[in-house]
Amino acid sequence: METLTITAVEWVMACYADDVPANGGACVKLRDEQIAVYNFSRRGEWYATQNLCPHKQQMVLSRGMIGSTGEMCEPKVACPFHKNTFSLLSGQCLTDNELSIKTFPVMVDNGKVFIGFA
Amino acid sequence: MLVISAGIRPRDELAKLCGLQTGTRGGIVVDEKMQTSDGCIFAIGECALYEGVIYGLVAPGYEMADIVVSQLTNGSKLFHGYDMSTKLKLIGVDVASFGDAFITEPDCRTIVFEDTHKGVYKRINLSTDGRQLLGGILIGDADAYNMLLQTVNNKIVLPPNPEDLILGSRGGSESEGAGVMSLPDDALICSCEAVNKATICSTVSDLGITSVDGIKKCTKAATGCGGCVPLVKDLIAGTMKANGQYIKNVLCEHFDYSRQELFDLVKINVLKNYDLVLDYFGKGDGCEVCKPAVASILSSLWNDVIVKQDTIQDSNDRFLANIQKGGTYSVVPRIPGGEITPDKLIVLGQVAKRYGLYTKITGGQRIDMFGAHLNDLPAIWEELIDAGFESGHAYGKALRTVKSCVGSTWCRFGLHDSVSFAIEIEERYKGIRAPHKIKGGVSGCIRECAEAKSKDFGIIATEKGWNLYVCGNGGSKPQHAQLLAADIDKETLVKYLDRFLMFYIKTAEPLSRTATWLNKMDGGLSYLKNVVVNDSLGLGHQLEQEMQSLVDTYHCEWKEVVDDPALRKRFTHFINAPEEKDPTVQFEPMRDQVKAKW
Repeated sequence: METLTITAVEWVMACYADDVPANGGACVKLRDEQIAVYNFSRRGEWYATQNLCPHKQQMVLSRGMIGSTGEMCEPKVACPFHKNTFSLLSGQCLTDNELSIKTFPVMVDNGKVFIGFA
Repeated sequence: MLVISAGIRPRDELAKLCGLQTGTRGGIVVDEKMQTSDGCIFAIGECALYEGVIYGLVAPGYEMADIVVSQLTNGSKLFHGYDMSTKLKLIGVDVASFGDAFITEPDCRTIVFEDTHKGVYKRINLSTDGRQLLGGILIGDADAYNMLLQTVNNKIVLPPNPEDLILGSRGGSESEGAGVMSLPDDALICSCEAVNKATICSTVSDLGITSVDGIKKCTKAATGCGGCVPLVKDLIAGTMKANGQYIKNVLCEHFDYSRQELFDLVKINVLKNYDLVLDYFGKGDGCEVCKPAVASILSSLWNDVIVKQDTIQDSNDRFLANIQKGGTYSVVPRIPGGEITPDKLIVLGQVAKRYGLYTKITGGQRIDMFGAHLNDLPAIWEELIDAGFESGHAYGKALRTVKSCVGSTWCRFGLHDSVSFAIEIEERYKGIRAPHKIKGGVSGCIRECAEAKSKDFGIIATEKGWNLYVCGNGGSKPQHAQLLAADIDKETLVKYLDRFLMFYIKTAEPLSRTATWLNKMDGGLSYLKNVVVNDSLGLGHQLEQEMQSLVDTYHCEWKEVVDDPALRKRFTHFINAPEEKDPTVQFEPMRDQVKAKW
C-alpha cells in the first residue's frame, strides 16, 4: 500500500524582506540559532543557511558575497573569512568536501520573510 | 646521501598454482609477445617478467596490453622493453631518472652538480663527443626532468655549455617554455598515453582548445600520471603565441574579459552598477571573484559611495572595516604622514577606552583599534569624525598611507620637509581605489628613514629636489622601488605620480601590486618611464585629468554612513534584533588589554 508522509513545517517570521540587502545576506536570531537569510534578488530567489561557517567556527556567513557557479548556475555563498564557498541549495562546501552547512526553507509573504522549521 | 632501494613484489601466486614458469625472484616469465610458458595464457603489467625485468610503470603496462591485442588479432607487435624514465616524490624529496642513468665513463662523460646545503644532486651523462644527452639522475630538484627527457628521446643536439641544463634555477620556466616549442613534432609529450607534440599543437590551432582540461578530453594527454602537465601548459601558451593569439587573463567564469578590457568597456559605456555590468558583459549571477573586481573598477572610475553597492564589496569593504578573528572589526582613522596632535591622540585613547578596544601602532605610522562590534562601528566613527578624523581606508584596495621621516623641520640631516610633502601626497590621493593597496613613503635624505624604497611609490629628497621611485613592495616577496625620475620639483613629481597611478589603475590585473605589474610589463621600467615621463603614448594629459576628477570627488565614506540613518541601519549583527550584539564574541585579557577568544 502506498503511503505518503508529510512532515509539518512551522514557518516562523524572521524579518522584513526590505531588511535584507539586495543580492546579499543578513543574520537573524531565531530560536537560539543564528540564521543567515539571503535575498538573491537577481534571480528572485530566497535562501537561508546557518550563520556559522564550519571552517573556523565563525558567525559570519550572512556577511559573505553570493553568486552562482557552473553551467547549472548553482547559487552559492562565499565566507568572508577565507572564501570557502557553500551551495545555497544543498549546503555542501564547494571548496572542501569535508564541510557542509545546514539549509532552511524560506518563504516570503506580504513583505515578510519566514524560515521553515521541520 | 641516503640511498633507498624499494620495489614491488609481483603477484604471481595464481601463475605458480597453474604451474607457469616464474622468475627466481618472482614474476611470471613472458616472451616478446607477452606469452607465458603456456601459449594460451598472456601476462601484462607488474606481474610480467620480461628478460629479467619487471616494469612497474603504467605506460609500459598499456604498451603490453596493445601487444596482446595485436597478437590476438593476428598482428605482429612485439615488446622490446620500455623507457623507465620517471619522476617521483620519495619521502618528500623530488627524484627523477631518465635515459641511461647508470652508464659510466669511459663510455660517456658526466657532469655532476652537488649542493649539500640545499640537498640537491644532479647528474647528466653525455656521449663522448659531448653532443648528445644519454641520461641522468636528479635528486632534490627535478624541475628540469621533462625537458631533459625530451632532449634524450629526441636526440636533440646539446648546446656548447651543457652544464647549463642542470645549473640551479637559471633554466626555469621561461627557458622551459621556449624549449618545448623547439621540440620536433613527433616528440612524445605524454608518455602514459603516447601523445606527441603535433597532436597537442594541432588541437590548439585547429580545434581552438586552450585549456588543459580541454586537451585532456580531446587527446587524453595528461590523464595518466599528470607529470606532463607543465609541458602541456607551455605548449598551449606557445602555440597560441605562435598563432598571434593574445592570451588574456579573464576575470572569472562570469566574464570573458581581462580586467583592462572590462575597465575600458565599463568606462566607455558609462555603467555605474554591478548588475548592469553583468547584464551587458557577463553571464550567470556573478561570484566572490568578479564582484570585488568590478566594485574596484566602478570606484576607480566614478568614485561613488561604496556602501550603496555593499553586497558586491569584498570582506573588509563591506562594512568599511577590517574583519578580525571572532567576527569583530578594527578601526583605523587616517593620520596623514604619521603626524598627529596631542589632542587627537587623547581622542583616540578615549574612544578606545569607551569601547574596550585593543590599540596598536601600525607599520603605516598610524593607530589601529581592534575588537569593535559591528553594531558599534557607526557610533565609534561618529566620535572620530566629530574630532576631525577621516576614514583611513585600511580595509580597502586603496591608498593606505604615505610614511614620512622627521625631515628638515627637526632632523639635522633633513634636506627638505618630508613630513609636509608626505601629508600633501596622502591628502591628494586618499580615498582612491586601485587593483591592490597602494603605499607610499617620503624620506628627507639618503638615510631613508621612511623606507620609501619598499613602497609602491617612494620619494627621497636630494640637494636639487626629489627623486621618485616606483613599484616597490613588501610582503612575502619584497622588491625595491626603481628610479623613475631624479632631481625633480614637487609639481613635476605630482604630475608623474598622477600619471603613474592612473596608468596602474587602468592596466593592471586584478589583485596585482605595482611590483607584479611592472614585472609583467613588456618593456619593463623603460617602457613605464617612456609612458609616464616622456609621454610616449600621448596619454599624459588624459591620465592627469582622470586623476584630478578622482581627487575632486573625494568623500569620507565613513562620514557618509554616519550622516545617513538608512546606511547606519545596516551595521547590525541581527537584523531582527538590532540592539543585540553577537553573543558568540568573546574576549580575554592580554597585557592590560584584550584579545579575541577564538
